Amino acid sequence: MTEPLVRPKRKNPLKKTRQPLYPQSIRSRTAQGLTAAAALGRFELQTCSDCSTVFYPPRDACPKCLSPRVPFAPVDNRGTLIAETTIRTSTDPYFRERTPWRAGLTKLDCGPVVLSHLHGDVREGDRVRLDLKLDKGGAPVMIALPEKDTPNMADDPQLREMTSDPKFRRVLITDGRSAVGQAMAEAFSKAGANIVFVGVADPWKPFPGQDALRRIERVEIVPLDLTDTESATEQAEQNGGRIDIVVNTAEHVRSGGIMQRRGVNVAREEMDIRYFGLMRLAQAFGPGMRARGADGVNSAAAFVNLLSVHALMNWPEYGAYSAAEAACLSAAQCLRAELRPGGVKVLNVFFGPLETEWFQTVPPPKVAPAALAKAVVNALQRGLEDVFVGDIAEDIRARLAVNPKALERELAG
Amino acid sequence: MSSAPVRLAYDDVVVCAPITVPYRRYSTNSAHWWIGRALHELTLAANIRPRDIDGLVVSSFTTGPDTAVGMTQHLGLSPRWLDHVPMGGASGVIGLRRAARAVQCGDVQFVACVAGDTNHVDSFRKTLASFSRFAQDAVYPYGSGGANASFALITKNYMNMYGATREDFGKLCVAQRDNALAIPFAMMKKKLTLDEYMNARPISDPLHLFDCVMPCAGAEAFLVCRADVAKSLGLPAVRLLSTIERHNAFPDDPIQYRGGWALDVDELWQMAGVKPGDVDLVQTYDDYPVIVTMQFEDLGFCGKGEGPDFVRSHSFTTDGSFPHNTSGGQLSAGQAGAAGGYLGLTEAMRQLTGKVIGKQVADAELALVSGFGMINYDRGLSSGAAVLARAS
Repeated sequence: MTEPLVRPKRKNPLKKTRQPLYPQSIRSRTAQGLTAAAALGRFELQTCSDCSTVFYPPRDACPKCLSPRVPFAPVDNRGTLIAETTIRTSTDPYFRERTPWRAGLTKLDCGPVVLSHLHGDVREGDRVRLDLKLDKGGAPVMIALPEKDTPNMADDPQLREMTSDPKFRRVLITDGRSAVGQAMAEAFSKAGANIVFVGVADPWKPFPGQDALRRIERVEIVPLDLTDTESATEQAEQNGGRIDIVVNTAEHVRSGGIMQRRGVNVAREEMDIRYFGLMRLAQAFGPGMRARGADGVNSAAAFVNLLSVHALMNWPEYGAYSAAEAACLSAAQCLRAELRPGGVKVLNVFFGPLETEWFQTVPPPKVAPAALAKAVVNALQRGLEDVFVGDIAEDIRARLAVNPKALERELAG
Repeated sequence: MSSAPVRLAYDDVVVCAPITVPYRRYSTNSAHWWIGRALHELTLAANIRPRDIDGLVVSSFTTGPDTAVGMTQHLGLSPRWLDHVPMGGASGVIGLRRAARAVQCGDVQFVACVAGDTNHVDSFRKTLASFSRFAQDAVYPYGSGGANASFALITKNYMNMYGATREDFGKLCVAQRDNALAIPFAMMKKKLTLDEYMNARPISDPLHLFDCVMPCAGAEAFLVCRADVAKSLGLPAVRLLSTIERHNAFPDDPIQYRGGWALDVDELWQMAGVKPGDVDLVQTYDDYPVIVTMQFEDLGFCGKGEGPDFVRSHSFTTDGSFPHNTSGGQLSAGQAGAAGGYLGLTEAMRQLTGKVIGKQVADAELALVSGFGMINYDRGLSSGAAVLARAS
C-alpha cells in the first residue's frame, strides 16, 4: 500500500534547495522510438514486420529473423515480475541520493524481458503492467505498476519522479478572464493543487465568471498581464519561488488568413499575446523553476502550453492565428531543451476548435473548456509531454502521420 | 546439415611464462602503462626480445581511444598477427584459443597474450555508464547499480529456483579469502569469516559487500608457443587439451540460470579426453558467487540445480577438497578489468608447473579454467573454458 503524500510544510528559506539531477539520458537513436511513445503515454515496443517477434531492448534488426523492418508498435503491456532487487549503492549521483531504489525484471506476455523501475505496490512474482514514462531527464524509462490500480498509487515516490502530478503543487494559470482559464482553475483545485494562482490583467475591471472563480477552493487571483514585461517580472518576484506548474492560458483567436487582412496590426497583437507573451512568461518564471526541479514533494514540475493543433499544419481560415501558434510551438521546443536540466517537463497540449465565442462559426466537434482542462490535468498526472485533445486534434495528428501534403491541401478547403 | 567435424587436438602447443603485475586499487597510470609493464616482464621471464613477439592478443576496457593496433606502435612492437579480444572475463580463454591455433598452424612463433586495465578514481562509473548500447538504453538508467544490480536479479532467481542460500555463496567467498591470504598481490589481505560475510552491508539485495569484486588496476600476461620452443628457452610449460567458447547462448531463457558452457560441455571433455572428476583444480570466473555455482553445474562437476549441494560437500581451499580459485579469485584478488579473465589461467599455469606464488595444490596434473563476461543487458553473454595439463 502506498503511503499517501503528506502536504508539505512551508519551506525554511534558509535551507539549501536541493539542486536538480537526472539519470543518464543518453539513448541510441533507435531507442528514441521509446521516447516518442512515452511522450504520448503509449506502450510501444519494436515488432518485426516479417516474423511478428516483439523484442526489447531496441535493436536495428530482428533477433529472430534478422529482418531490418522493425518499427515500434503498440503491444500488450502485461507480464510477470520474475525477479526484483533493491539497489542500495549506486554510482550515479541522481540515484545515489534516492537509494534504496527498486528495480526488477518483468517477463512480458508478448515475449521480451524488461528491466524496469518498480512501483512500491508490486512484489516479485506479481502480475504487473509496464508503463513507459519520461524520467527527470526526459529520457524514456519503464516502470512496473500493479496489475490493478491501488489506493494512492500516484503518490509512490518512484512513480512521482516520472510524473508532474498537480497534487500539493502550486500552479499559475496565466489568464483567468477566459473560459479556458477558469476551467483550468477548477480542474487544478480539484486535482489537489496547494495554491492555484490565477493571473488577471487589470483586476479592477470586472469579467464574466469572476465570482465563481473566486469561490474555487485555494484559488488566489493575482495581477498578471503577459503583454507587459514588468507585470510578468513583478509576479515572478512575488510568487515565482513557489510556482511548480505554469499553465499558459493566454489566448488570441481571430479568423482570417495572411493576404486578406489589412496590415499587420492584428497579427502583431496576436504575436504579442501569444509568442512574446510566452517568452515573457518563460523569462520571468523559467529560471526559477529550473532551479527548483528537485525541491521535494512540491518541486517545480511542468510548463504547460496550450496550442492550437493548427500549430502543426496551417488552417487558412484561421491562417495568421495558425502561424502565431506555430511560433509558440517552436518556442516550446526550445523551452523544453532549456528546462530539461532542471527536470521540468514542457507539456504541449494540442487542441482543436474550442467551444468558445471565438470559434462561434466553426461547426462541431469542438472541445469544451472543461474537457481541455481535464485533459491537461490528466496529462500532468501521467507525466506526458504531448497530448492531443478532441476529435479534430486527433484527426489532424493521424493525417499528419500518414501524409502531411494531403493534409495541407485538404485544410485549404 | 551434417554433423559437426571432429575438432583437431592442439598437438604440441604450450602455454608458459605467467605474469601478474601486482594490482592496485587505484592507479594514476594508463592501461598502456599496465599492458606495457606486463609485456616487459613477459620478455624478461621468457628471455626473449620485444621484436620476437610476432603475435599479440590484447584485452582491455580502458585503452580508449586506442585499440590493439595503436598499442603496437605505442609499445614499439611489429607483430605479424594481432588480435583484440575485448570480451571481459572470457578474454583469457578466448585469447588463448585464438593464439593456440595461430601457433599450431605456423602463422606465428610466439603469441603474447596480455590483459590489463587501469582504474582511475572515476573510471569505474564511466565504464558502467557506457558499457554497451543496451546498458545505455535499458540498464544504467534504472538505478545505475551496475553489474551488482544485474547479478542481484540473477542471484535472487537462482536462489528461488534451486534453494541456494546466502550461506552457500558465503562459503565460496570465505574459502577464496583463505586461499588469497597466501597471495601477496591480492587486494584483500584479511581473513573473512562467514559471520562477517553474512553481516556485511547490503549492496543490491540479495548481494552484500563480499559478494562483489573490488575494481582495481592490474595486468596479466602469458606466452603461447610450441613445446620445443618453450623447452629451448627453459620455460616450464603446460599443454592445452581442449577449449570451448560461446556467445549469447540460450537467448530465450527469461533470466540467466545457465551459461554457454552448458551447450558445449560435452565437447570440452570429449576433446580433452578426460572427465570432470579427473581434474585436480578448478579456476572459475567469480565476478559473483552465483556464477561460480552455475559453472560447477554447467561444466559437469554436478547436475543442474545441484550447485548448492555441491558447495555444501566441498571445502574449495587449496589444500582441501575441490581446490578452487586458488589465488583467491577476483573476489579476493580484485578485478583488474579484463585481466580478471586471465587470473585463473596464470594461476592454473603456476599450479601445473609447480611455480606457485601461494600454496601448491598437491599433485596438480590437470586443471580446468573457465571464463565468463560481458553483461550486455540482463546477462553475461560470453563463456569459455579450457582444460590444461602439466607437460610430461
